[in-house]
Amino acid sequence: MTATILPHPLLSLAVFVVWILLSNHVSVGVFVLAAVIAVAVPSMTAVYWPGRPSVRRPMVILEYAAIVLYDIVVSNIEVAKLVLFRRGDSLNSTFITVPLDLESPEAVTVLAGTITMTPGTLTADYDHEGHTLMVHCLNLKDEAEAVAQIKQRYESRLLRIFQ
Amino acid sequence: MYLIADIVISIVLVIGGFFIFVGSFGLAKLPDTMRRLHGPTKATTLGVGSILIASMLYFLIGQGNLSFHELLVTIFLFLTAPVSANVIAKAYLRKNGDGKSDADAERRTPAEKAAPVR
Amino acid sequence: MIFYASVFAAVAVSIASLLTLYRLLIGPHVTDRILALDTLTINAIALIMLAGIFWETTTFFEAAMLFAMVGFVATVAFCKYIVRGNVME
Repeated sequence: MTATILPHPLLSLAVFVVWILLSNHVSVGVFVLAAVIAVAVPSMTAVYWPGRPSVRRPMVILEYAAIVLYDIVVSNIEVAKLVLFRRGDSLNSTFITVPLDLESPEAVTVLAGTITMTPGTLTADYDHEGHTLMVHCLNLKDEAEAVAQIKQRYESRLLRIFQ
Repeated sequence: MYLIADIVISIVLVIGGFFIFVGSFGLAKLPDTMRRLHGPTKATTLGVGSILIASMLYFLIGQGNLSFHELLVTIFLFLTAPVSANVIAKAYLRKNGDGKSDADAERRTPAEKAAPVR
Repeated sequence: MIFYASVFAAVAVSIASLLTLYRLLIGPHVTDRILALDTLTINAIALIMLAGIFWETTTFFEAAMLFAMVGFVATVAFCKYIVRGNVME
C-alpha cells in the first residue's frame, strides 16, 4: 500500500521541505500544494528509480555531515595556502587509486562527492571492473596515508549508514 | 547587539570575497587542467556559501524576515559542485588524459563507447 | 561596516571574474573554457547576492537560484557534448 502511494518516502519528504522553503512563507495552501507535489512527483517518476537505497542511523549521518563541513573549511584554507604561496610547478600532483568496500551506487556517489569537496583531492573517474575510484591529489605527501585517511574517515562511516 | 551582528556579517562577507578571489586566481595561475580543477570547485563553493549566509543573516537581522532561498542555493551549489567537477575531469581525461586513461579508452569496445554515460 | 565589507567583496569578485575571463580567453584546452564558464556563473551568483545586500532588496534571490541551476545544466551539457558529440539522443 505505501509502496504504491509513496515509492520513495525520503524523496517525498525532501520534495515537501524544498517546496515549502521555495515558496518562503507558511500557510495552509502552501502545505497542501507541497503535500500534493510530494506525493505526485515521486510516484510519477518511480519508473526511473527502480531501487530504494537503504539509509540507516540518522545520528551517523549528522556526525558525517559535521565532519564533512569541518573538512570543507579546513581544505579551503589549505588549498588557498597552496594556491597563493606555492609555484604551480612545485606542487606534487598525481593520481591515486582508492579501492572501494562500498557496494551501492548511492554510497559511491556520496563518497565521490565528499572526496571532491575535501582536502586537496578530487574524484576523476570510477572504474566499474576494478571497483576503484581514481582520485587526483593537488599536493600528495604520502599515497598510503591519503588512501587510509579517505577509507577510515569517510568510507567506514558511509558503510555504517548505507549497510 | 547590532554591532556584533554587523561585525559577524562583515567578516563573513570578507571571507567569501577572499575565497572567491582565491578560486579564480588558482584557475588563472595553475599550470594544467587537473590542477586548475582544484581551485574553483573548492574555494568558490565556500566563497559563495559565505556570501549567501551573510545575505541571509543580513536580511534576518536588518529587516526581520527569515528567507530560506539563500540556504537552498547554498545546498544546491554544494550538491552540484562535485558533480560538475567530476564531469569536467571525465571530459578532460576522455579527450586527452594521461597514459592511464588512454589505456582505459583503448580497452573499451565500440559498443561500450556508444552506451550512454551514466 | 557592512557597506565597506560588501564593497570589498564586490571588488574581489570582480577581479576574480576578470581572472576567469582571462582563462576563458586563453584556455589551451576546451575543458579549461568550460571550467572557466562554470566559475563565471558562480561568480555571477555571488555578485547578484552582493547587489541584493547593497540595494537592500530581496528581488534577486530567484535570479541567483536560476543562475545556479542553468549554470549546472550548461556545464553538464557542454561536457557531454565534448565526450559524446551530441547532447540528446
